[in-house]
Amino acid sequence: MLIKTSQPNAPLSSDITPESIYTGRRELLKGLGYIGAGSLLLPHWSNAAGANPYESAAERANAPAWLKQKINSRKLQANMTGEGITPYDSVSTYNNFYEFGLDKSEPAENAHTLKTEPWKVTVDGLCNKAGTYTLEDILKPHTLEDRIYRFRCVEAWSMVVPWLGFSLADLIKRFEPKTDAKYIEFTTLVDKEQMPNQRGRSLDWPYVEGLRLDEAMNPLAIMAVGVYGRSLPPQNGAPLRLIVPWKYGFKSIKSIVRIRFTNTQPKTTWAAMAPREYGFYANVNPAVDHPRWTQSRERRLPASLFNPNWQPTLPFNGYAKEVATHYRNMDLRQYF
Amino acid sequence: MKNTHNWVAYSKPVIFLLLLLPTIWLGLMAYQNQLGADPAKRLVDETGLWAFRILLLSLLMTPLKNWTGRSVWIRYRRMIGLFALFYVVIHLLIYVFLLFGADWTLLGKEITKRPYIIVGLLAFLLLLPLGVTSTRNWQKRLGRNWLRLHKTIYVISLLALLHFSWVKKLGIASIWPYALILAILLGERVRMAYQRRQHRAAILASEQS
Repeated sequence: MLIKTSQPNAPLSSDITPESIYTGRRELLKGLGYIGAGSLLLPHWSNAAGANPYESAAERANAPAWLKQKINSRKLQANMTGEGITPYDSVSTYNNFYEFGLDKSEPAENAHTLKTEPWKVTVDGLCNKAGTYTLEDILKPHTLEDRIYRFRCVEAWSMVVPWLGFSLADLIKRFEPKTDAKYIEFTTLVDKEQMPNQRGRSLDWPYVEGLRLDEAMNPLAIMAVGVYGRSLPPQNGAPLRLIVPWKYGFKSIKSIVRIRFTNTQPKTTWAAMAPREYGFYANVNPAVDHPRWTQSRERRLPASLFNPNWQPTLPFNGYAKEVATHYRNMDLRQYF
Repeated sequence: MKNTHNWVAYSKPVIFLLLLLPTIWLGLMAYQNQLGADPAKRLVDETGLWAFRILLLSLLMTPLKNWTGRSVWIRYRRMIGLFALFYVVIHLLIYVFLLFGADWTLLGKEITKRPYIIVGLLAFLLLLPLGVTSTRNWQKRLGRNWLRLHKTIYVISLLALLHFSWVKKLGIASIWPYALILAILLGERVRMAYQRRQHRAAILASEQS
């Protein structure tokens, strides 16, 4: 005779979480996160409650698991720019990345040759923790977060981009810069095989950029590893790039392999090539024109054929409140 | 002679269509929404690029005549030159109406503020009379002055190069192949002028002796 005994410890079928919800638990939590973030911002962003400000783009097939995990556990942020986000398609196909060609469409066409794993970053100069770090080492202690920023190119076009990264200040602190370190310098990879346009001499390779250390410590400055909820596509500067949203785009150097602390102003690529046209500071400034064109306005992309989408350019790209103190006693016409 | 005439008559429509291809291609791209994030800018850049390329092509006809010893090339020159003007005109129209939405106050500022616009506009204003006077009638009416007038194309091509290089963030460095081709084409004119002067001097010398 078959006796059915109910095991006292077995959960009731009504208590069992359906598999679909179990496997989708991250999504569920994320959704709750949006509601949380959205309600915090209700006064000026009421219609964002519960809705992701963007739809995540598909991850690349070869992204390492540890990176995907980092990205999936990121802190989300509502869109606080008050402006529409530029679609992923435009962000990932309209790029200036001269290592892969001079036309806007060439980086997206050619950058698949970039090998982002393994990736190492050499840290040296005036700091206590010099050494060579893998990207995984660099990311380990940081929580990634979304940062939706305006991005203004020196060529007078702009986008609004949901970057994904972590505070540059937090990274700098880990390397313990010495007291006499005044600047931080970043260098892009040089490899003619991976970056075919480095065979030509259009720029003085490697691409070098830099910041004054106090600028670099500003909370707005981030190191980005992703965009649109995925790891950076190679044309956007994979796997590690700088984002300084109050400066012209060329300051936000891509595919970084070296970080150096120094007490002299770095010789940055564009400022060294054409010092009359591009300065070390390169703060977005509608009052100081490029010698060949005006910087007083910009085309917000994507534009359509019949609407060029011109809009006025804001001082410090709209981040004056957060960054203007760095330049309090400086003549921005001289230090452009 | 008859053969050459036929050849020119048959090849002209073909070249006409070839020179129209960039317009058709850009039109299709625009229609299919394939011009990228900044479509009006893309169209301005492409039409400007084609205007300059075709201008170079028109400047190639006389050197071809010298190098091949056949004058047939000159018979394509007017059509190619008019096509260069055609691309310049659509370049300008797209700039004014699509890139700037015909916002005249904005355009007024552009013209006074951006040196490359001034240079480009100047090149266009100089090119316009060459287009107008390209007919046989005008050629007859102007006589020797026609040739003088049309030699301004050398100045126009240099202005166009300047305009082209100033648009680029890297300046002349990014368009050096075009600069080199223009240098060869204009260099050939200098060589011809030098040769003519030598020839004249030789004739003069022989007359005097």
